[in-house]
Amino acid sequence: MTTVRSDDVEFPHSREHDVTSSPNELQRHFERTIEHDHRIEPRDWMPDGYRKTMVRQIAQHAHSEIIGMQPEGNWITRAPSLRRKAILLAKVQDEAGHGLYLYSAAETLGADREDLTVRLIEGRQKYSSIFNYPTLTFADVGVIGWLVDGAAICNQVPLCRSSYGPYARAMIRICKEESFHQRQGYELLMTMMRGTEAQRRMVQDATDRWWWPSLMMFGPPDVESPNTAQSMAWKVKRHTNDELRQRFVDMTVPQAQALGVTLPDPDLRWNPERGHYDFGEIDWAEFKQIISGNGPCNAQRVAARRAAHEGGEWVREAAAAYAAKHTGGRTGPDRHKSTYAASAAVQDRHKSTYGDSGSAA
Amino acid sequence: MSFDSDYAGAYEAITEEHDDTRWAFGTGFSDPLAGVDTTVPPDVDGADLAAYCQMLGDDALIMSHRLQEWCTRAPELEDEVAVANIGLDLLGQARFLLARAGTADGTGRGEDDLAFLRGELEFRNVRLAELVNGDFAHTMARLLVFTTWRLALLAHLVDSNDPVLAAIADKGVKELTYHRDYAARWVIRLGDGTAYSRERMQAGLAAVWPYLDELFRPHEVELRLAAAGVAVDPSTVREEFDAVLAEVLAAATLDAPEVAPLPGVAGRYGRHGVHTEAMGYLLAELQSVRRVHHEGARW
Amino acid sequence: MSGDAAAVSPRSQWPLYEVFVRGKRGLNHVHVGSLHAPDDEMALRHARDLYTRRNEGVSIWVVRAEYITASSPDEKDPFFAPSGDKVYRHPTFYEIPDNVPHM
Repeated sequence: MTTVRSDDVEFPHSREHDVTSSPNELQRHFERTIEHDHRIEPRDWMPDGYRKTMVRQIAQHAHSEIIGMQPEGNWITRAPSLRRKAILLAKVQDEAGHGLYLYSAAETLGADREDLTVRLIEGRQKYSSIFNYPTLTFADVGVIGWLVDGAAICNQVPLCRSSYGPYARAMIRICKEESFHQRQGYELLMTMMRGTEAQRRMVQDATDRWWWPSLMMFGPPDVESPNTAQSMAWKVKRHTNDELRQRFVDMTVPQAQALGVTLPDPDLRWNPERGHYDFGEIDWAEFKQIISGNGPCNAQRVAARRAAHEGGEWVREAAAAYAAKHTGGRTGPDRHKSTYAASAAVQDRHKSTYGDSGSAA
Repeated sequence: MSFDSDYAGAYEAITEEHDDTRWAFGTGFSDPLAGVDTTVPPDVDGADLAAYCQMLGDDALIMSHRLQEWCTRAPELEDEVAVANIGLDLLGQARFLLARAGTADGTGRGEDDLAFLRGELEFRNVRLAELVNGDFAHTMARLLVFTTWRLALLAHLVDSNDPVLAAIADKGVKELTYHRDYAARWVIRLGDGTAYSRERMQAGLAAVWPYLDELFRPHEVELRLAAAGVAVDPSTVREEFDAVLAEVLAAATLDAPEVAPLPGVAGRYGRHGVHTEAMGYLLAELQSVRRVHHEGARW
Repeated sequence: MSGDAAAVSPRSQWPLYEVFVRGKRGLNHVHVGSLHAPDDEMALRHARDLYTRRNEGVSIWVVRAEYITASSPDEKDPFFAPSGDKVYRHPTFYEIPDNVPHM
C-alpha cells in the first residue's frame, strides 16, 4: 500500500467534534442517496472505500483514453486519404480530451493528475488491456472504431448513470463523442469492403485479430470478479462483466453480417432458448499475460507515455517559471503588466493591420 | 436495473440538442468544395492558379504533417489537444486549396490525387514546412514563423479576385490568428521561463531562421497572379512579419538569430519543387498506404 | 535533467482551473470541468480547445480552483459548518493499493 499526500492543507479524516451528523447517519444518508439513484457529489461525505474505488476506476479509465491514442495515432501520418486523415486526427484528439475530462473528475476526489500519471508510468495503475495489441494495417483503425469503441460504449453507457456525479457527467460527454467514433470506424470498413480484394482481406484479417481482445475488454468472467459485488452495491458498476459482454456480442454479430466479415469463432451461434448468441471460450491465459505486462505492446505503450511525460518536464517547468515570474505566483487580476503589454500589442497590431475580423485594412 | 432503462436514459442525454457546429465532425469531412462555384475568373491563367493553390496548400499539408507527429508526444495533455487542433485546421485549409488546384488547371485531379500521387519535385511548399521536428521549442519557433507569415498572407488574400481563394482566406485568418497566438505564447514562456528553456528556445529559433528569407521570395507565378489581383506577393508582407516577430522575441527576452539565409539550389527553392532531403522521407510515409493500394481501392 | 524525473515535481505542476461555459443559446455560465494550465491566459485558450471545441459565440470563464469558495450541496457534511469552504477540501491521506483489479 502506498499513501499519497495532496498539497492541500492537512485535514483530519474523521472528527470527533464539530460534526453535524454522527458517522452512522452519514453512512445511512450515503446509502439512501445511492438507493434513490441520486448522485454523490465531490463535497458529500462518502466511505473511504468508495472514494478509493472511484479514484482507481476513473484514473484507469483516463489512462486508457490516453494510452489508446497511441495505436491509432500511429496511422495519422499514413492515412490513405485526406478525409480519413482528418477524421482520425480528430478522433485521437477527442481521446486526449476524454482523458482530460476523466482526470478532471478524478481530481474532484482529491487525486492529483501528475501523481496518477506517475502511477501509470510505474505500472502501479493499469489501463485497458486492449491497447496492448498492435495496429498493423489501416484496416485496424476501422476495426478499432467498430469493435473497441463498440465495446467501450457498451461499458460506458451504463456509467452515465454511475452514482458519482462528476464521473457520470464526464461519461455522458464521452459517450456522445464516441458514438461518432464508432460510426466513423464502421463506415471506413464498409467503404473498404466495397473496394479491392486486398482491402477486403485486410478488413477480415483485422477482425480476426481484434475480435477476441475486444471480448476481453469486459474483464474476467463474473465468477472470477470479486470486486463486482461491492461496485454494484455502490452503483459504481451497474452491470456485470458477463452481462455486458453478452450485450456486445448480440449487438455486434448482425453488424459483422452486414459488413460481410466472419467473426473468428466457430462456436458462435444464435441460441433461441436463451435469446442470445452463444460464443466460444475466451483464452484467459492470453488475457492474463496481457494484463500482467507481457502483451505485444505493453512495454512500448508505457515507454511512450513515459517519454512524453518526462521529455516534456522542462517545457512544463518553463511555463510554471514564467507564470511565477510574471504574477508573483498568483494569477489574479493584478497580473504583471509586461504579460498584458506583449499580448495586447500583438493583438493591437493585428487589428490595425488586418482590421476587425481579419479583412485587410 | 435493466439494460433498456440504462441505455434509454443515457441515449436521451446523448441525442438531445445535437450540436451541428461541433467542429470536429462538422462539414469539413466531406468534399471541401461541394456546392462552391469553382469557375476560374476571367483573365486568370488556370495553370498559374493551380500552381499557386498548390503552393499554399502544400505549405499547410506539410506543416500539418509535422504537427501530427507530435500526437502522443506533446509536453502536456492540454497541448495534445491544442496541437492537434492546429494540425486539423491546416489540414482543412490544405484540402480546400488542393481541391481548388484540381478544378483550376482542368486536369480534374482531386485533393487525394494531388496529396498522394505527386512526387518530391512537384510539391511546392516552402522548405520551412518540411523540416524534421526538433524539440518543442524548435516546433514552436517554426510554428511562430509559419503562422505569422501565413496569417499575413491570408489577411491580404481575402481581397483576392478569385472568390474561392478569398473565402478560403477568410476562414483561414480566424484560424491562423489563434495558431499564431498559441505559438507566440509558447515562445514567450520558453524564452522567459527557465535558463534551460531559454537556451532551447534560442536554439530553436537559430535552427529555423535560415529558412525565413525563402518565405518572402516571390515565385514568378505569385508575381503574375498578384498583378492580376488574385494572389499576394509575399515580399509585401515582410515588414509586418518582422514587426510581429520583433515584438514576440522582445517579450520572450530572446535575440533574433544572426544566421545566413539558406541558399536555394541553382537559384531554385521549395516553390520550384526543390526541397531538402527530409521531403523524400516525409512523402514516403505520407503516401505509402495509398500508393500500395492505388488501383481501385476505396477509402 | 531534473533529477528523479519520475517523481512528482512541484516546480513543474500547473495549477488547477475550473471552467465555466455559456453556450450560444445559454443564459448563464455552467461548470463543465477542469484543466491544468500554467497561467490564466493559457487556461482560457485550453478551455476553448477542450470544452468548446472552438465554437464561436461561446463565453468562457476560467477560475483558479483554489479561489472558489463553495457551499456543500448536502447538509449532511461533517467537516464544515453550513458556511462555505474550499471546493476540494478532502482528507489528504488516502491509500491506493498497488494490486489493481482487472478492468
